[in-house]
Amino acid sequence: MNNAAPLSTLDRFVSSFFNTEVAARYLEPMLDGMLLTVGLGLCVIATGLVMGLMLAVVRIQHVKLVNVFIVAFADIFRALPPLVVIILLFFAFPYIELSMSAFTATWLALSLVLSAFTEEIFWAGMLAIPKGQWEAARSTGLGRWATLVHVILPQAVRMTVPPLTNRTIAITKGTALGSVVALHEVLNVSSAASSEAGNATPLVMGALAYLILFIPFVVLGRWVETRFTWKR
Amino acid sequence: MRPALELRDLRKAYGPLAVLHGVSLSVPSSQLVFIIGPSGSGKSTLLRCCNLLEVPQSGAVLVDGKDITLAGVNLNEVRQQVGMVFQSFNLYPHMTALGNVTLALRKVQKMDKAQADAEGLQALARVGLTDKAQNYPGQLSGGQQQRVGIARSLALKPKILLFDEPTSALDPELVGSVLQVMRELRESGMTMLVVSHEMGFARAAADHVVFMDQGQIVEQGSPQAVFDSPQHLRLREFLASLGQR
Repeated sequence: MNNAAPLSTLDRFVSSFFNTEVAARYLEPMLDGMLLTVGLGLCVIATGLVMGLMLAVVRIQHVKLVNVFIVAFADIFRALPPLVVIILLFFAFPYIELSMSAFTATWLALSLVLSAFTEEIFWAGMLAIPKGQWEAARSTGLGRWATLVHVILPQAVRMTVPPLTNRTIAITKGTALGSVVALHEVLNVSSAASSEAGNATPLVMGALAYLILFIPFVVLGRWVETRFTWKR
Repeated sequence: MRPALELRDLRKAYGPLAVLHGVSLSVPSSQLVFIIGPSGSGKSTLLRCCNLLEVPQSGAVLVDGKDITLAGVNLNEVRQQVGMVFQSFNLYPHMTALGNVTLALRKVQKMDKAQADAEGLQALARVGLTDKAQNYPGQLSGGQQQRVGIARSLALKPKILLFDEPTSALDPELVGSVLQVMRELRESGMTMLVVSHEMGFARAAADHVVFMDQGQIVEQGSPQAVFDSPQHLRLREFLASLGQR
């Protein structure tokens, strides 16, 4: 055996996974896909975190009947796989005359799931603040709301940054699930391009795109964690 | 003269467990009244009823002659007149000493930042901690933290200060600094109601000492009377257990 065969294997590997010609051809749709993923991701994060915080703040008011609904919501959406929620919203809701775009369905589904987790995390954070903090604030004349806003939440938020960052990253990555409802986000674009070109390079580009999008996010999360601890 | 704080027949129970069996007590203006008693005697609960952190089932709490247990009383306003100092300090860890002291000034009394800071620094000066204004609680010793806690109450210019075992969580060598501040407050005419086990301080600084046991006031009087010639057996036993007699 001469050494022509291993060389050609390497060539095949390079031309299948790192084919510059294919990469150039699909660069533009890939960038469009990245833009959509970023937009969708930001929408999900904003909606999910705000909704989750609001639910947790309502829950700490301890209104029994209201809390039954919040707990049920949180449990259901933490239990359901996000993919199932997306498919339900996109394929089942049209039967009740409630059609939505692939973007809306994915955004709504991921926001609901993220808000369910966020609510639980914030709730646990608020419960972990010692009772004495409430008492000290109330004893200086701060009302329930002012105590929550100025004393309890700032501490709860700082405490919950690590689990919150992890959960947010995990769910925002779920934008890739939008591909099942034909949303033109990164994964969908790259897998379509890959079939069309008969070449795996677009999938590698897709993976790179996710790294480019999410590594800064992970680093930002780490920075927030250190930035938000108070001096001891 | 009308007392700064008056408790009338306070009763409080947690379920079947009665903690206060009808306690009446009067704290005259500019006096330091000391409550002593074994743990579980209801003295902390009594103190916490004075700013309604605990709500009594019946009875009245009169601050400056006004019953604050009545419906329609603005509790947040009352609580600014009745300061409270806690055993575990309960400082806000995410704020500097000055931030702790000025929070209620800014958010309840709606002072602008400059004025609140000026008032806050004055309060910190009274407890000797002007130089620690920008430190976070975690950077302060226990004694310093407790003095910030006192300053946080003082900043609101209360009519009366409640102390709930203010030195119990402190290392022995740090107790003195807190007691010194309390002594100075007394000299400046502050009305104080103190729950504490610092018998030496009670003897030296209190105007009136109250002994509580099993949810009732058993005996009260001047420090000399209570410590040197206790009448009730339970008080004698309590003092003996502390090695005070």
